[in-house]
Amino acid sequence: MLELQGLTKHFGGVRAVEKVDLSVAQGEILGLIGPNGSGKSTIVNLICGLFPLTDGRVLLHGTDISDLPPHARVTLGIARTFQNIRLFGQLTVWQNLWVAQNSGEQFGQENFLRRWLGGSRRARGEIDRTLEFFDLAHKSDELAANLAFGEQRRLEFARALAAKPSLVLLDEPAAGMNAEEIDQLDRRIRMLRDDGVTILLIEHHVELVMSVADRIAVLNFGQKIAEGAPADVQANPLVREAYLGTATAA
Amino acid sequence: MDFYLGLIQIIGVHTLLGLSAYCVLHTGQVSLAQAGFFAVGAYVAGMLTVLAHWPIVPALLVAGVVAGSLACAVGFPALRVKGLMLVVATAAFGEAVRLFFFNFNYQLERGGFHIGPHGGEGFRQIRYFPEYGWSTLEVAAFIWVVVVLTMAALWWMDRSRAGAVLRAVGEDEVAAQSSGINVTVVKVSAMTVGGVIAGIGGGIFAHYTTHIEHIQFGIVLATFAVAYPILGGLSNVFGTLIAVIFIQGFLIEGLRFMGDWRNLLFGGLIVLAMNVRPRGLIDAGTITLVKRLVFRSKERASA
Repeated sequence: MLELQGLTKHFGGVRAVEKVDLSVAQGEILGLIGPNGSGKSTIVNLICGLFPLTDGRVLLHGTDISDLPPHARVTLGIARTFQNIRLFGQLTVWQNLWVAQNSGEQFGQENFLRRWLGGSRRARGEIDRTLEFFDLAHKSDELAANLAFGEQRRLEFARALAAKPSLVLLDEPAAGMNAEEIDQLDRRIRMLRDDGVTILLIEHHVELVMSVADRIAVLNFGQKIAEGAPADVQANPLVREAYLGTATAA
Repeated sequence: MDFYLGLIQIIGVHTLLGLSAYCVLHTGQVSLAQAGFFAVGAYVAGMLTVLAHWPIVPALLVAGVVAGSLACAVGFPALRVKGLMLVVATAAFGEAVRLFFFNFNYQLERGGFHIGPHGGEGFRQIRYFPEYGWSTLEVAAFIWVVVVLTMAALWWMDRSRAGAVLRAVGEDEVAAQSSGINVTVVKVSAMTVGGVIAGIGGGIFAHYTTHIEHIQFGIVLATFAVAYPILGGLSNVFGTLIAVIFIQGFLIEGLRFMGDWRNLLFGGLIVLAMNVRPRGLIDAGTITLVKRLVFRSKERASA
């Protein structure tokens, strides 16, 4: 459904992302891994349209979306979370999802007023169910800034789902989580996949990626160095080299 | 008695001015252009009642529409700058408006008199209220009807999804964009609504003072406009009202015996407020606290 063709981004002289081709199939979980600074988050930002491409194209269902502004891409079904949590801290948990409900489907595209004034009963019900799914329902009137770290991560994930996306980009969702929370995350990602949501998972936590991803792509210095099933990628010497450094002759 | 009615009028008009900045501030934009929109509203409404003999209400509505359209037009280029640069850009715009009215001459002859805006001398004889025999009390009541309506509308907006969206944009633009919010539309709309409110407020101001001139709409007024909601906090409209009552009623009138030293106090107060209560006197925490107290006393009553 999502296809990156020759995706390139230079920041001044830094080649953050260099000619990356990558495609995500409908309904799969694609893991994207790589050492720090290998360009993973930049790729997410490029898919979301937060900054312009130096070169290449982003296609969604075969249509070029490279020039669309970020909010328009969300309405087309691409939602994301942030590596460093970016919630609306002074809004309540419930409101965080409320403002993110931007797909026409939830309000009826034609109903401008309803969309801005609060939404239909169905839209409200969806928020309650999403919060339920992330075990945040009891916190719905709490300010987002007052949540514990793990809850904030869950809320970010929940907010991304509020827009009813068909593709979710998770940027290091397990960072700073304990083992139990990672287990829950693993379970939720699978449940979403079973619901038909496609997921691009960027993660440092190798165990989680290996367990949950259908396919894995590996980046190093802005280039894709490997792609394939988790076991194959794990065995790939280039990947080992990227993570552990070049073996020097003793 | 007239002194207090006069004070009530001033508080009403300044509340409108503060609310216009309140609206814009929600989206994280500190705008010093509100005094400019206020000036446009004042001159437009004044010219309509004096030169074209319009009744007051339609004149105010048109003043709001004109100031709002101008605000919308200013909103687009203003989007390109943020933070301090936006403050400077909007302040420059406000000064430009003031200088426009400094040079604006449009006088008509009526019964041997020249009436209308007269450049640096200002626009005298905006005598709609005295001509139609409105008492000071009636004028004050009229002003407060407008203020209450505006506050009710904003109160309602705050509670709607639109209010939450404005706040979301103010908190984190990147997160807002990534949640599917069109930040451009939201910011320009907030600017436009702020312009409409300022325009109506300016129109009322022109009619109760009966004499306006460019110097009244300078940077000082623009600073007051943003100081009210900053001091009062953005959690609801009453914060702005309380800040206006505090500044106009207590700092300006109550401490009149201190003379020009009040200005020093005012500056100090803003610095203090920003340090002690960065989210304003009434923030979301205060609201939760009040809710909890009310809730608890109810529980006790039922127990």
